[in-house]
Amino acid sequence: MRRSVLFPPGWRLLLPLLAFTAAVFIMPIGVILWKSIHDPEVAALLPATTASLESWSDETMLPPSASFDALASDMRNLVEVARIGELALRLNREQPGFRQLVERSAAKIHDEGTPLVETDRRWSDPASWRLIKRASEPYTPRYLLNAVDMRVTPDGTIGRQDEQRQIYLRLFARTILVAAIVTGLCALIGYPFAYALSVSEGMLRSALYFVVMLPFWTSLLVRTTAWIVILQRQGVVNELLVSAGLIADNERFALIYNFFGTVIAMVYVLLPFFILPLQAVMRGIPGQYVRAAESLGGNPARVFRRIYLPMTMPGIVAGGALVFILSLGYYVTPALVGGRTGQLISNQIAFHIQSSLNWGLAAALGTLLLMLVILISMVFSRVVPIGRPQR
Amino acid sequence: MHVSRLLRAMSVCILVAGTHAAYAADSLTVVSYGGQYTASQRVAHYEPFARKTGIEIKSVDYNGGLAELVAQVRSGSVSWDVVDVEMQDLERGCSDGLFERVDLDKLPSGTDGKPAKEDFLDGALHPCGVGSVVWSNVIAVNDPAFAGRTGPQTIDDFFDVAAFPGKRGLPKRPNALLEWALMADGVEPASVYEVLSTPEGLDRAFRKLDTIKDESVFWETGAQMIQLLVDGEVAMSTAYNGRIQGAISDDGKPLRIVWDRQIWNADYYAVVRGSREKAAAEDFVRFATGTEALAAQARVIAYGPIRRSAEALIDPKIAATLPTASVNFQNALAFNAAWWTDHGDVVNERYAAWLAQ
Amino acid sequence: MKRMSRFILGLVVTMVGLFLLLPILVIIPLSFNPEPYFSFTGKMLQLDPNGWSLRWYREVVQDPQWRLAFKNSITVAAIVTPIATALGTCAALGLRHLPPTQRTVVTLFVSAPLIVPIIIVAAGTYLLFAPLGLTQSLTGIVLSHISLAAPFVVITVSGALTTFDERLLRAAAILGASPVRAFCRVTLPIMAPGVAAGALFAFATSFDEAVLTLFLAGYDQRTIPLQMWSGVRDQLSPAVLVVASLLVAAVSIVMVGLSLHQALSRQRSKQLGYGAEH
Repeated sequence: MRRSVLFPPGWRLLLPLLAFTAAVFIMPIGVILWKSIHDPEVAALLPATTASLESWSDETMLPPSASFDALASDMRNLVEVARIGELALRLNREQPGFRQLVERSAAKIHDEGTPLVETDRRWSDPASWRLIKRASEPYTPRYLLNAVDMRVTPDGTIGRQDEQRQIYLRLFARTILVAAIVTGLCALIGYPFAYALSVSEGMLRSALYFVVMLPFWTSLLVRTTAWIVILQRQGVVNELLVSAGLIADNERFALIYNFFGTVIAMVYVLLPFFILPLQAVMRGIPGQYVRAAESLGGNPARVFRRIYLPMTMPGIVAGGALVFILSLGYYVTPALVGGRTGQLISNQIAFHIQSSLNWGLAAALGTLLLMLVILISMVFSRVVPIGRPQR
Repeated sequence: MHVSRLLRAMSVCILVAGTHAAYAADSLTVVSYGGQYTASQRVAHYEPFARKTGIEIKSVDYNGGLAELVAQVRSGSVSWDVVDVEMQDLERGCSDGLFERVDLDKLPSGTDGKPAKEDFLDGALHPCGVGSVVWSNVIAVNDPAFAGRTGPQTIDDFFDVAAFPGKRGLPKRPNALLEWALMADGVEPASVYEVLSTPEGLDRAFRKLDTIKDESVFWETGAQMIQLLVDGEVAMSTAYNGRIQGAISDDGKPLRIVWDRQIWNADYYAVVRGSREKAAAEDFVRFATGTEALAAQARVIAYGPIRRSAEALIDPKIAATLPTASVNFQNALAFNAAWWTDHGDVVNERYAAWLAQ
Repeated sequence: MKRMSRFILGLVVTMVGLFLLLPILVIIPLSFNPEPYFSFTGKMLQLDPNGWSLRWYREVVQDPQWRLAFKNSITVAAIVTPIATALGTCAALGLRHLPPTQRTVVTLFVSAPLIVPIIIVAAGTYLLFAPLGLTQSLTGIVLSHISLAAPFVVITVSGALTTFDERLLRAAAILGASPVRAFCRVTLPIMAPGVAAGALFAFATSFDEAVLTLFLAGYDQRTIPLQMWSGVRDQLSPAVLVVASLLVAAVSIVMVGLSLHQALSRQRSKQLGYGAEH
């Protein structure tokens, strides 16, 4: 049977998909991992300066005058090709205030021929040069540090981020909290429903099945929009409460565009992912176990706790793992209904890719999020073997 | 084998789909702020231009800022031709080389014969862009939320949570908001930007914002802001005057504009550097900033035309709703684009962190 | 006691059922809104027929942006579905030939797109594709959608093949069938439901994908989810509710159709007297 040693029959059929996945799925992830530690932008914008600063050994003193000339000429070139803004933006990220410094100095050098030292007294401070040297190193831990609210100080040590800029650890914590709450709520309301689905037959089963599958197959955007319609201040819930006289017209609840809105919409979107695997497990449990336990005199609560619940545990863990892991990476729902307090880490990644253009930081946050997901998958797969053939 | 033939056929399909997406030469992509504002441009600028030249305008929405544009230029795929930008984005984009230079001598004269350079308001002509509207940052109040009582009348009231309870709508960008926070904290309008330039002044503005943070809902786009107000999600909000006026006069919504310390600003049309349709884009800018086109826009949205000659073509009833009407303009503050160009990075980053905390 | 607990279970299940169903149904009446806002007007609540309007239905049908979005969504999904189905089916067949440990590793690898947060893939794809000119093109969107859709096919086809008995193929060979013929007559019919389900998943995945598309699409590549995204975020136009209602209607019809088809074929096989239950 064996035709080729290199590619046994199984692998030959797998190869197209594996190659495709590697190119279109793994490579993008690789780009993210790579960009979280690799940033050649400054070195590319300031080639002469970068080269000249390599021989600068005593960093408590100013660099040699050749470095001043190199920086002036690099800046002049950048003004000519209208890319000085990129350098200004990039260095400003290291140290607020550098945008002005770079743009003004560059303009003076280019338009009036002023020597660099005379454009601003900050060029006479070795700290400014240390900052440029550090920023021009292509491999850097700074983005990963930023992503955990740490930073490289201008003198090269690692310290906490300024109070005002500490946001990411809190966001990671919020993301995990939301995932936990969503998973818990899904378990709470999904369990009885899955049970009913597993024991029902005929028309009732079809109806219950339809009720789970309709939202499952409906577009995510549609499902999220539905919650805006329901929870907003003029929405269905508030209208009902007002017309029932339970609250006054100007006391309507803020149910959406906040943490609560994110949680409830995510529970709704993810509930089928909990119910479906769980009911499959429940369906595989023969009724006679429970009946036998009951006939032996166990009261229903005890039978449930000692017999039924443990037998359904694999379903709970499988569904729970799925919901928890999907929650960690949720983007669309929080973006649309999360307001300020319901934003998750994914939204911050998108913000840094699209708005602040801090791609390195976005990559670092993405790297950490990926680690978190992998870690949690591993924990869960110890409890329930994911991907192994199940009986 | 069949599978490989199938795959080959499919890859051809993909290639065809890809090349099909390339751009037709007879259209321009114009980017603006969306909602009623873009709707006014469509009626007053895009459609008449298409009728006149046969060049179709593709309208794309964005939320301001230069990020998307920079990303296009940096990643090497420019797909925008003309952008509607605010003053400080124009300044910044111009110095960063994102826009083409405009030949101001080629702009058409006003309908009254005055040359463009005299006809446009001061500051409306920029080396990188041509002004189109004067608009204003104002406070909008949803009066039913104050059932029977008088709602807020001033900026101080907006920051007074005790006297005027209710949710506040705030923008996700700090422009104009920091100025208001300082003025509500007692800083004279004349020295707002001076105080904001100091670290203590900036801290002071953020401390003032802290007092309303828990009572605030944040919006990203003008359309969201309107929706928050109309739905009663907020009792009052910082707002763009034109959109509020539209909800009042077109849809009869019970909203009210507080003109106290309005912060006025201007929008410009700028041609994106590297636009594939540069000549057509320049034609469009000249057309859309003509007297007729600007007057036509003011008829559908309450933003003041930036040419003096256009004012004569506007119904006095509409003119009274514009930011430039003298009753509304009494203690107006001019938005300082230069300050924002210098301090925008630091302030925006701090504001984003403040939001996320 | 037993009755009581049945009653409580029934109550809870009804409430959860309403929670699942009502949000989707509540959209439909709002799509007949006469105003450009998301809320019910007074007249609509009084059920005044004049308070309801087809304004936004007309808008959606006439709006070139929605038409373009519809065309793009269908085009992309129509290209993605056969490719993802072919790749996924081949892979599922290949997986069966691997020893168990290799199979586990490979299964994890190919199903990774299902659990890796989509924003990471979207950000990475954007940064990777932009210099290659694959942003703002349908090609880029198609490629990235295939990698998301194929794992579903692998899973459904593998599922259909778990009960497959390898000895059937040997029996076919003994009876003189060529491998191709054995594949067509034995393997294919057994995995066909899995392939069909996988194709359906692939189509739905591509048709509903918003995040990758958001990063990769330009004006000309707008899809239905993108158009809805900007309809909720930037414009808040009830046109979104119209499209949402139409999508819900389409999904319901497909689901009812499928379950009818299933019920009918079950009945038919019962009448013929085989395979009634498995």
